[in-house]
Amino acid sequence: MAVVTEAPPPLTSTSPDKPPRRRGRWTPYWLLLPGILWLVVFFALPMIYQASTSVQTGSLEEGYKVTWHFATYWDALSEYWPQFLRSVLYAAAATVLCLLLGYPLAYLIAFRAGRWRNLIMILVIAPFFTSFLIRTLAWKTILADGGPVVATLNALHVLDVTSWLGWTSGDRVLATPLAVVCGLTYNFLPFMILPLYTSLERIDGRLHEAAGDLYARPFTTFRKVTFPLSTPGVVSGTLLTFIPAAGDYVNADLLGSTDTRMVGNVIQTQFLRVLDYPTAAALSFILMAAILFMVTFYIRRSGTEDLV
Amino acid sequence: MTTDNSGDVRLAGISKTYGSFSAVHPLDLTVPQGSFFALLGASGCGKTTTLRMIAGLEEPSTGTVHLGEQDVTHLPPYKRPVNTVFQSYALFPHLDIFENVAFGLRRRGIKSVKKQVEEMLDLVQLGEQARKKPHQLSGGQQQRVAVARALINHPKVLLLDEPLGALDLKLRRQMQLELKRIQTEVGITFVHVTHDQEEAMTMADTVAVMNGGRVEQLGAPTDLYENPQTTFVANFLGTSNLIKAEVDSGSGDEIVLKAGDGKLTLPKARCSAPTTAGGTVLVGIRPEKISLTHADDAGEIPAGRNRVSGTIAEASFIGVSTQYVVDSAVCPALAVYVQNVDRDPRLVPGADVVLHWSPAHTFGLDAAQDIDAGIETVEEEAA
Amino acid sequence: MAFVRWFRRHLVVIAGLLTLGYLLLPNVIVTVFSFNKPKGRFNYQWQRFSVDAWKDPCGVADMCGSLSLSLQIAVWATLGATLLGTMIAFALVRYRFRARGAVSSLIFLPMAMPEVVMAASLLTLFLNMGAPLGFWTILIAHIMFCLSFVVTAVKARVMSMDPRLEQAAQDLYAGPVQTFLRVTLPLAAPGIAAGALLAFALSFDDFIITNFNAGSTVTFPMFVWGSAQRGTPVQINVIGTAMFCLAVLLVLVSMAIGTRRNRRKA
Repeated sequence: MAVVTEAPPPLTSTSPDKPPRRRGRWTPYWLLLPGILWLVVFFALPMIYQASTSVQTGSLEEGYKVTWHFATYWDALSEYWPQFLRSVLYAAAATVLCLLLGYPLAYLIAFRAGRWRNLIMILVIAPFFTSFLIRTLAWKTILADGGPVVATLNALHVLDVTSWLGWTSGDRVLATPLAVVCGLTYNFLPFMILPLYTSLERIDGRLHEAAGDLYARPFTTFRKVTFPLSTPGVVSGTLLTFIPAAGDYVNADLLGSTDTRMVGNVIQTQFLRVLDYPTAAALSFILMAAILFMVTFYIRRSGTEDLV
Repeated sequence: MTTDNSGDVRLAGISKTYGSFSAVHPLDLTVPQGSFFALLGASGCGKTTTLRMIAGLEEPSTGTVHLGEQDVTHLPPYKRPVNTVFQSYALFPHLDIFENVAFGLRRRGIKSVKKQVEEMLDLVQLGEQARKKPHQLSGGQQQRVAVARALINHPKVLLLDEPLGALDLKLRRQMQLELKRIQTEVGITFVHVTHDQEEAMTMADTVAVMNGGRVEQLGAPTDLYENPQTTFVANFLGTSNLIKAEVDSGSGDEIVLKAGDGKLTLPKARCSAPTTAGGTVLVGIRPEKISLTHADDAGEIPAGRNRVSGTIAEASFIGVSTQYVVDSAVCPALAVYVQNVDRDPRLVPGADVVLHWSPAHTFGLDAAQDIDAGIETVEEEAA
Repeated sequence: MAFVRWFRRHLVVIAGLLTLGYLLLPNVIVTVFSFNKPKGRFNYQWQRFSVDAWKDPCGVADMCGSLSLSLQIAVWATLGATLLGTMIAFALVRYRFRARGAVSSLIFLPMAMPEVVMAASLLTLFLNMGAPLGFWTILIAHIMFCLSFVVTAVKARVMSMDPRLEQAAQDLYAGPVQTFLRVTLPLAAPGIAAGALLAFALSFDDFIITNFNAGSTVTFPMFVWGSAQRGTPVQINVIGTAMFCLAVLLVLVSMAIGTRRNRRKA
């Protein structure tokens, strides 16, 4: 059905019917047109506008002109490299934490939950329906100074270690890198769990029995059979976590301080408060290029190119 | 049979190419009204494509399709008086059994379908299951729903695409007889696509053996089996022993051939190859037509029979028969099936034997063909 | 010793449940604090139990207005993205056409792009065109970023559909329109529904892209963001809790209906 037919066959009899049908030669284009047009105009075209804005000079009052002023990129990088670095580090830390926390839960749902499977699935998804901003604000309460969580960590001298590492400062968790990473991890954890679960659920349970039958201990079974088979889930999960985390500015704003600002915060401030459009566009362009580069490299390395 | 020929299927010069690949080479075929016709071949031989061109699901690259007098070549499937039983049935999973069967009637604007559908479901013994969804039925039941869903429309021709492929062996045998009974009852033309040669021979009046997009041979099952015209048909339908032999003389109705030291005779009418003296011919004989005699008793063999001597390499006891593999100078690994009537205890591996058979059972094939054509494909399908 | 063995056997279950706790803890806090009566403007510290906020959920200026605006935008964005996305998904699975690779990339890219980048670039477009920021620019942006997710969800479903089912419908006298309405659409429905649900959730909860392109219009997430600076009313927690409970309830009811229907049929 999918094949567009070749030239019409010669009629060997005088058929009373209409000429041969050309099955849907133009149908795919009509189907694609509105959606693709939407993406071209409101996704691809803005990228081009942004690229052009980043090489413009001028001021808000006098207007901007394209002057191929590439120095904006250099200035932006030299001024905001700490925020870039922070974005990558925080996002990477949150991704690793998501993987470590999410894997056991995905495994639990896929293999050990039994009749509780559906209930746990609902509990993983349901928080989505409470606005993520409200839930992120709840972390302010949880990590509040002198609250039970901070007090416990303090009593166990965990905060001494994290302070020494520079992750927290003094008795505080709020307004420190730890709080931001904790918030990022929390916000993007479901995006790790769901793809992991999808790829784990596809694994035939008999493979575990076969591995056990062939002298693999439970942990070896996991290392040699389960984990390799869940790679597609790991890859898409890490991407779905890392990309939005690297561009996020909500957690850094609500749970962090001026010392935890990420590149997203800078772009937001430049665009919406300072109104320095060229710098903001350049920063956004660098972020996009960096993410695309890293994602492409990562997908090539992990050898799963047909993710979508 | 009436003189009505509205259920004839006539294919004239029909072919299908995909880019540079020819799935079906130009083909002429007439399936008479009321017959049970089988298209037999290995996967990829073009049989399903041919069927889909009759159904209207593929448009032929050249040629025409006629149903009776009507040219339907360019009619879409939903305008053809033809219905299909699909491979693995294609029952609508979101509709129950009743609605699946009623689907065709409703699309043709028939309002009161209840009585017809219930009668049809009773005919295939599924009256109790009307409100179940397809996935709640067994394979055999699903198969009957698929047949009911097609037959309720009283098509001129019913097309069956490997309809029994998904069933286990026992159920398949049962359904073969059931389908044959239904066909005799309703008298509709059936065109049946299968890779199972036993299925084709049990059910069909006429079988067309297809290979590489062409019809190799067409005829009644017994005719195809007893008198194959190509090595493909000889090997694909059952088992054949093919011995390379040189034409010695071709006088009268019989051809005499030299194979090693011995001579073999073959009726001229059963040879599809050119028989100039000195040329090569493949002499064919079915394993069950061969008799096996221990070399010590060779004198008791009547005169006038074709003989080949050899040594038993393997013997396997099947129950109803014993199957031997005999190595001989003229041909390695000849297959022989002997009915277990009086078993000769001397016939064990290593024994010297003489194989002999009536020249009337012998057939001759063109030696220019691939001697093993049709063998591997059968094994692959079985796997 | 027995405890150690038990612990080792159930290690993965314990770890998984701890993660689940981590995921649900904020919702517990949100629920508990919806019954708080805070002293100052911020609702971060427990003071005393009260149901005041539940009695008067719209008692905060502009909050319910922003909520209804968010719901409207989510409904329209869901409709738009589902329609356009379903069409693309069918074209991608069912047809061969030129520039297939380019189309696939164009659909993949928005999902691989940090929201802030899309938000900023879309704003430059709107500024350059001189478009007034507000309801329409938000809707345009939401349809844009929901589209790819709908395509992915519907595509997965359509790909797993047996094309023979549609051929069977055609063989049984259903023309193209009938085939689509009676067979194709019902079979693709679960995928389309999943895509629509995802689009609704994404649109309703979106903050970053909306914040850039809203102008002075305030959606519910933007209201929450603003209140985080000015003071958080308890009513925010009431809305959050109500939506959570509503979602769980809806899922449980639909599951119960599903099980009952299956049991009746079996």
